[in-house]
Amino acid sequence: MDDIILQILNGLDKGSAYALIALGLTLIFGTLGVVNFAHGALFMIGAFCAVTLQKLLSLERIEVSATEKTAWGTPLEIKTPYAELWFGHDFGAAIIDWSVPLAILFAIPVMLAIGYVMERGLIKHFYKRPHADQILVTFGLAIVLQELIKHYYGANPIPTPAPSAFRGSFDFGVLLGFDAGSIIYPYWRMVYFAFSAVIIGAVFAFLQFTTFGMVVRAGMADRETVGLLGINIDRRFTIMFGLAAAVAGLAGVMYTPINSPNYHMGMDFLVLSFVVVVVGGMGSLPGAVLAGFLLGILESFASYSPIKNFFETWLFLPSIDQIIIYLVAIIILLTRPRGLMGRKGVMED
Amino acid sequence: MLGLDKKDTTLLIVVAVLALFAPFLLNPFPTESALAQFNAGYPDLMQRFVIFGIFAIGFNILFGLTGYLSFGHAAFLGVGSYAAVWMFKLLGYNVVPGIILSVIVAGVFALLIGFISLRRSGIYFSILTLAFAQMSFAMAYSVLTPITNGETGLQVYSSDNPLFQTATDPNVPHLFGLVMRESYTMKVGAWSFSFNNGYYLCAILMLVAFYISIRIFRSPFGLMLRAVKSNQQRMNYTGLSARPYTLAAFVISGMYAGLAGGLLASMDPLAGAERMQWTASGEVVLMTILGGAGTLIGPVLGAGFIKYFENIFSKINESTLHGWFSWLPDPIEDPLVWLLEHFIGGGWALTLGTLFMLVVIFLPGGLVEGGQRIGRLISGKSRGTEDETGKPAATSHPAE
Repeated sequence: MDDIILQILNGLDKGSAYALIALGLTLIFGTLGVVNFAHGALFMIGAFCAVTLQKLLSLERIEVSATEKTAWGTPLEIKTPYAELWFGHDFGAAIIDWSVPLAILFAIPVMLAIGYVMERGLIKHFYKRPHADQILVTFGLAIVLQELIKHYYGANPIPTPAPSAFRGSFDFGVLLGFDAGSIIYPYWRMVYFAFSAVIIGAVFAFLQFTTFGMVVRAGMADRETVGLLGINIDRRFTIMFGLAAAVAGLAGVMYTPINSPNYHMGMDFLVLSFVVVVVGGMGSLPGAVLAGFLLGILESFASYSPIKNFFETWLFLPSIDQIIIYLVAIIILLTRPRGLMGRKGVMED
Repeated sequence: MLGLDKKDTTLLIVVAVLALFAPFLLNPFPTESALAQFNAGYPDLMQRFVIFGIFAIGFNILFGLTGYLSFGHAAFLGVGSYAAVWMFKLLGYNVVPGIILSVIVAGVFALLIGFISLRRSGIYFSILTLAFAQMSFAMAYSVLTPITNGETGLQVYSSDNPLFQTATDPNVPHLFGLVMRESYTMKVGAWSFSFNNGYYLCAILMLVAFYISIRIFRSPFGLMLRAVKSNQQRMNYTGLSARPYTLAAFVISGMYAGLAGGLLASMDPLAGAERMQWTASGEVVLMTILGGAGTLIGPVLGAGFIKYFENIFSKINESTLHGWFSWLPDPIEDPLVWLLEHFIGGGWALTLGTLFMLVVIFLPGGLVEGGQRIGRLISGKSRGTEDETGKPAATSHPAE
């Protein structure tokens, strides 16, 4: 039992990332009718926003000490981060420590701006073009963004730690009445899950309870009629694109302590997020979220050693966890081509 | 000739002549001159020209005719490579069984994937093929390590003991004794031209592949595929199911990719999982659209273009650039070099991505369309004539 709970918990953080990216993909697809192959790149740029902010904050002033010497006899260099110089020692150190959560504030305007520029500068010109062209141009953009990040940040993963307050692990075993140490779960993953739940909730609330959201939903259902009513639906859709970019970026920011960001993380997540969208049902926002969490948990179960060994001994499939999502997607498509929650008439062709 | 009309025969002959005399045509600069770095006439690169030409020709049969955009074709290339290397390991270094098996295995694999992916069309199809390719990549990389040798890549070891390998047979890939990597070098004055056995094998197979592709384009089957692209609904209303036709096209293009993979392994008996990655799939898409999707010659042009510039760009470095632009004043030269520096050396992927976007945005018809536009500009004829394949200009879908 405790193993099962542990696997569910382990699946939640990856599932959160899938759900957030798939949510953005579905938003863009539902509003603008464009499949955004660059969405994974937006996730990655979000992660690198966190990296950039951390690097900026820990910029150091180097002073050469007049009196002290190093072991080699050269003058000792004293490095003090500018943040500590400007904001005082304790507060400055706290800012550096909390750079990942602070990066949220930094990433929101950056991602909104990137999303806005992307939609107005590029994607706008592709509404009337065939879907293949939309896929190709965003695919090209994804490569460009990824390679630019690689050029400036290098190919190696950059460790970006969580604030020290969240670095430990929580022992669920004691809380739930199992043996101590049987269910250990890092604090940051709990934070990530809670964060993504808040974001998902906020997006749904925004669409459901605001006038702006109502107009957008009406536009998703029937764009022409909304346009005929004298509403500038294009402008609202552009804002939704920026919002979807921001959701992907925030998912990336908060994901950095879980996995050190590298330049190809976007594409790794994108392919799986597409599978999530297809399983959830194209165009369905709740479907995308549900499928994201389900597939995340499923992947985690597949990496659970008794299940893994079972597949290896009886079905001759070692490392089933690496392909389980694809296998499930195939089965779903063969039996339920519309996905879990897909509606009739949405992307049927 | 060979069941082709006059125009197609001319095209085939032109391509054949270009392919056979490529060692001359691609080496226009003397070996010792400063421009020798722009020569492309060495065996390794020429082999890649024609092998990726085959790959792109096959991809074009699917994408150019039916409009189904597959993002997972590299998987078939990879499978073909693995099949060929396994033949070398089991039977010996003769390339014939390897090439035949790579085509068959890739065809069966394409049948499987196509059967599932073609249940959906449009975006769904692209996503599905991408997912399948990534799955194949993951399987080749870790899950199926006993078959694919995982990260290291599959190769032939001396302990393999192939079945038909005799002591007199060469210990590298060969065609009945004709060693693939051997070349005959001809020196004419300051020039040197190399004629490589492997290249000619690939070139001949490329011509066969090209011929088959022309026949498919001109056949009733090809017409059906174009019907799928222009209006699938209308096709369904006339009582025809599109599925068998698209599946056949998918399998054929998969077999082309398998052939390309088998040839890659025959030139250099190695197969690695990275051949199946999504970037490789993206590259063949780019070759096809860059040349001109739906045209006969386009994919070959695109493949040659990409492979040539990949080779050139990775050779240039910052100091070369400074050398070229030294005639400019410094305030212009330095930013220019800084900008171009992103694209050279290890930055080829960035160039590829940029090119991708530029072609899709400005030249959706590819080089062939670009050439036609320039041709029209010169001859002064008005627009609106149908392009080479006889399909009307891209955007108009009647009765949709």
